[in-house]
Amino acid sequence: MKVKQISVFIENKSGRLAKVTKILGDNQINIRALSIADTTDYGILRLIVSEPAKALSVLKAEGFTVRETEVIAVEIPDQPGGLAGVLNEIQAKGVNIEYMYAFVGKSLENAIVIFRVEDIDQAVALLKNSQVNLLPEAKVYSL
Amino acid sequence: MWSPEYESMSRQRLEELQLKRLKATVERIYQNVPFYREKMKTQGIKPEDLQTLADLKYFPFTTKEDLRENYPFGLFATDMDEVVRIHASSGTTGRMTVVGYTKKDINTWSEVMARSITCTGGGPRDRIQVSYGYGLFTGGLGVHYGAELVGATVVPVSGGNTKRQIQVMKDFGITILACTPSYALYMAETAEEMGIDLRTLPLKIGIFGAEPWTEQMRREIETKLGIKAYDIYGLSEIIGPGVAIECQEQEGLHINEDHFLTEVIDPQTGEVLPYGEKGEFVFTTLTKEAFPLLRYRTRDLSLLYPEACACGRTVARMHRILGRTDDMLIIRGVNIFPSQIESVLLENGDVSPHYQLVVDRKGNLDDLEVWVEVSEELFASEVRKLEHLGKSIKQKIESTLGINVRVKLVEPKTIQRSEGKAKRVIDRRELYQK
Repeated sequence: MKVKQISVFIENKSGRLAKVTKILGDNQINIRALSIADTTDYGILRLIVSEPAKALSVLKAEGFTVRETEVIAVEIPDQPGGLAGVLNEIQAKGVNIEYMYAFVGKSLENAIVIFRVEDIDQAVALLKNSQVNLLPEAKVYSL
Repeated sequence: MWSPEYESMSRQRLEELQLKRLKATVERIYQNVPFYREKMKTQGIKPEDLQTLADLKYFPFTTKEDLRENYPFGLFATDMDEVVRIHASSGTTGRMTVVGYTKKDINTWSEVMARSITCTGGGPRDRIQVSYGYGLFTGGLGVHYGAELVGATVVPVSGGNTKRQIQVMKDFGITILACTPSYALYMAETAEEMGIDLRTLPLKIGIFGAEPWTEQMRREIETKLGIKAYDIYGLSEIIGPGVAIECQEQEGLHINEDHFLTEVIDPQTGEVLPYGEKGEFVFTTLTKEAFPLLRYRTRDLSLLYPEACACGRTVARMHRILGRTDDMLIIRGVNIFPSQIESVLLENGDVSPHYQLVVDRKGNLDDLEVWVEVSEELFASEVRKLEHLGKSIKQKIESTLGINVRVKLVEPKTIQRSEGKAKRVIDRRELYQK
């Protein structure tokens, strides 16, 4: 149920984001979801891609600081209150969220949100038998 | 002149005096300091081999590393009971460079500082604001004692609290200001913000040192403060401020040669260079008791003026410092070695990340930025963790160096490397004249 996210350290200077996406494109790697956390000096680009292992190695080869981070992907009813219901459930289980971001929209029935949680193993165990619908790894990469 | 009998004595008599004092110093350190005795023995030389001043070139050098290895009191030549004062400055690694003074050494220091103040036109009627730091740093107390000896009114403000400094300067009718040149400019800026025009105050003389500066900075200070700005040179190892000072001709700094014997050497070969050539300054103390130094390599580059000075002093003049032979930086008057920052970064992991120091002068104050390349080991996908990393590096560096820094996390390979070696320092201040 754990999904591999690729995190890239990016300095706030022009062209860096374009460079990352170009490297991925040139290597036929598809971006499924992304988010950027930014500070004054740098940003952290987080990606869900079709081939995380390959993405990691090609970005590393180009000199980027890259890391693989485990996250969970949660299916959320695409309707008002959908996310609120899931967050409520997660909170009730006592799982702490570090950050989250939504999947790039596609014609899916449900929305998909990526969560980075404090203790992923505990979170997976707690959420398995809940109303929260965790997506399996392979499905996420191929969405 | 404070001591015309020494400052303007004939060169021949000066050299006789220097030789007499040098012989006594060499004999004493050979007897009292095992380090010097061993070094001379290794070099196959004895104190009696010193027959002329030129013979000094056969004697061994002393380096900052020697000082570090003999931390804290290994090179002291007197019993600790005789030592009345200790000062220290930062070293290349965690260890400080420690120096000691006997009562007589303090008197010598006061004497050379009194000469320095007199040399710039200061006297007993002056009110001198000492804005150098007081403490282990030699700046504050060194100027203080000299000013008291001159009979001036000393106001020991020490560093910091700039608005209060301006208030004191104005309300107390200060006529001489002693601080680092960059701090003088910062004061001018602060005064302007406070609506005080320093040019209208009684202030007339500035005694500035502890960091390199340029002619351009001097003109800026002189214009903004409405004063004459004098360059003072010194280093704690030799005594502190007062080793050399500019006179009113402002053509080089007069070295107190009856106390400090000067050689200029080729930093690569160690050969003594002819008068007037640029090289590394090497000092031998001639009168110091607690902490005498034999041929101490300062790492400061400059040259000696061959001509006599119009002011009447016969002691030699040195050009203002033209550079360094090592990578030491002087930031806001504090000596900083890149290796100190490297050792802080090492504490964060097994491997020191690549780093670079970027020094600039912003609004007349030195600004030190430490760039650290974020390696995989340091990287995390959470902003919180990266911010914590930046802050902890900042805090550790600040507690080691004692000055504020800004830490910037950068991508790998951001820092230029030449021949595989990273360039550790980018100094944009242009402090040394080309």
